[in-house]
Amino acid sequence: MFVVLAIVTGALFTCGFYLLMQRSLTKLILGLLLLSHAANLAVFLSAGLTRSPAPLVELGESAPPADAADPLPQALVLTAIVIGFAVVSFAAVLVRRMGEALSSDDLDLMRRSDT
Amino acid sequence: MLLPILPIVIPMFAAAAAMLAWRSVAWQRGVAVAGMGGLLASALALLFTVDREGFVLVQVGSWPAPFGITLVADRFSAIMVTLAAVMGFLVCLFSLHEANRRDVHRGFFALLLVLLSGVSGAFLTGDLFNLYVWFEVLLISSFVLLSLGGGRLQLEGAMKYVALNLVGSMLFLTGTGVLYGVAHTLNMADLHGAMQEVQRQNPTLALALAAVFATAFSLKAAVFPLFFWLPASYHVPSSGVCAVFAAMLTKVGVYALVRTFTVVFPEAAAGPVMTAVLIAAAVTMVSGVLGAVTQYEMKRILAWHSVSQVGYIVAGVGLLASPNEDVRTLGLAATIVFLVHHGTIKPALFLVAGLINRREGTTELKPIGGLAGAAPWLAALFLLSALSLAGLPPSSGFWAKFAVLKALVVAQEWWVLAAALAAGLLTLMSMMKIWNEAFWKNRPEKAEDYAASEARPIPKSFAAPLVVLVILVTLIGLWPQPLLGYADRAAEQLLDPDAYVEAVGVPRDTFTTGATMEAPLAKEGVE
Repeated sequence: MFVVLAIVTGALFTCGFYLLMQRSLTKLILGLLLLSHAANLAVFLSAGLTRSPAPLVELGESAPPADAADPLPQALVLTAIVIGFAVVSFAAVLVRRMGEALSSDDLDLMRRSDT
Repeated sequence: MLLPILPIVIPMFAAAAAMLAWRSVAWQRGVAVAGMGGLLASALALLFTVDREGFVLVQVGSWPAPFGITLVADRFSAIMVTLAAVMGFLVCLFSLHEANRRDVHRGFFALLLVLLSGVSGAFLTGDLFNLYVWFEVLLISSFVLLSLGGGRLQLEGAMKYVALNLVGSMLFLTGTGVLYGVAHTLNMADLHGAMQEVQRQNPTLALALAAVFATAFSLKAAVFPLFFWLPASYHVPSSGVCAVFAAMLTKVGVYALVRTFTVVFPEAAAGPVMTAVLIAAAVTMVSGVLGAVTQYEMKRILAWHSVSQVGYIVAGVGLLASPNEDVRTLGLAATIVFLVHHGTIKPALFLVAGLINRREGTTELKPIGGLAGAAPWLAALFLLSALSLAGLPPSSGFWAKFAVLKALVVAQEWWVLAAALAAGLLTLMSMMKIWNEAFWKNRPEKAEDYAASEARPIPKSFAAPLVVLVILVTLIGLWPQPLLGYADRAAEQLLDPDAYVEAVGVPRDTFTTGATMEAPLAKEGVE
């Protein structure tokens, strides 16, 4: 399962970068979305996939069970998902405004701010 | 000791207060000045305390390291926070005039305060994931500040900036995830030991991680070939925002590069990556100035020079590849001096552009002219800043460039040295171009796309922050020893990661218990 998810992460990165290199604004947003999912999945996988017990300290004990799952990556990925969601939704609004200003979906028309 | 929290919390609360006062422009302005003043005071207090004591830190929520988030201020962090605070305060004063009512109603000051809070957080945190969060805080506020104008130009610049910086963030996040997977910690002091363990077990993995982080931070720092977001976006917002971007955004990338490659990654993994960074730095210097040659708009020229200057700054970091301890110290000290120099002089030049825009209604160089006679004090301010950027003695730029060149000579990196000297000459040419076009040549009789037919006077209070800044920069040039000495002490401190680890107070054996690299795969068998 770990290997399958690792391959899925790689595929998400590949598709994300492929979409980023297209000329369409919509594909740009989709690419960013896929990249953010790929990164989140990579963080999520960092503790491995386990069926270990939850890291809760039993009554009367002073430490969680020795084989408990690592809770940190889930906390990290939750933060990363929220941040990614906020940023990508801002980018989506920006793309919409950009599309209105350009009356087109073509990134090649965005030359004004370049050299 | 609460000092390291204050530079983060004060602007954050001030931003909240500014948002509460959404309807009142006057209140928002007052809150912003008070917040920036508080930030400046806390940053200066931090600077002096840190210089005396070496490290000042807070274990947030009293969780001991490495379980909680540690805020660590060492000399490097403290000078960067102070730089951010000084620039934030001056730009805030400048923006009292420049930001129009519409922008203020859209939350200009609240965003500026959040940006400064994020920058301070990034400089002070001792936790890698927390660093990612602060990066995002400052990125999101910079996104909005950039697109606040809402014109097509702003949207275009913002689009490119957003897309490329998000890619950088994703790389950073992925690197952090993999790093946690192999090292099982995110506290930078703890990572120092854990990564040495990883280096022993699997040097290729350590090298790959170092490369991922170097790429992510180089993108944020605008190093060749990842700098294209910078010239596309730096010239589009108002001059005050340009100034604070020029002072801070790339610097945060450089800071993260220095921090991770002095503390986290072991020398064996950092060496090859830093060699690549040194070469990229040389190319960055030259490509930045060459980009500026064809430009005839002041802010675009300055944006391209920002790229070039990042090359000088990162060259010092690239010298970490050297096996010689003296070279590494010289390199990092040069980086710190150059960061302070560029973080003050480039905003000063952007503010000059803002004043020219106020007076003439444009920063295009072709349709304006004759400012040397019409506004001699503005010409003097520009000349002092421009000569400092080009590195003529006695200015802060001279000392900064001298420090970089000296480090390169001692390291015997002749090609990088040649690139630095060539880029310096071209910088001088570029500054002469602005001087000739805007200040020296006669004002053109008729220019078709002239935005303002009549020159508008510049109020004294509008120019005051720039005057203060230029005086500050000139003082650094005339009396550089405090800065140079401080940079040496900061560089020595950076190159002693064991002292950092000890100050953070990570138990020595945490990284050896239960943190083996096979853990994820071994556990999979359970499933």
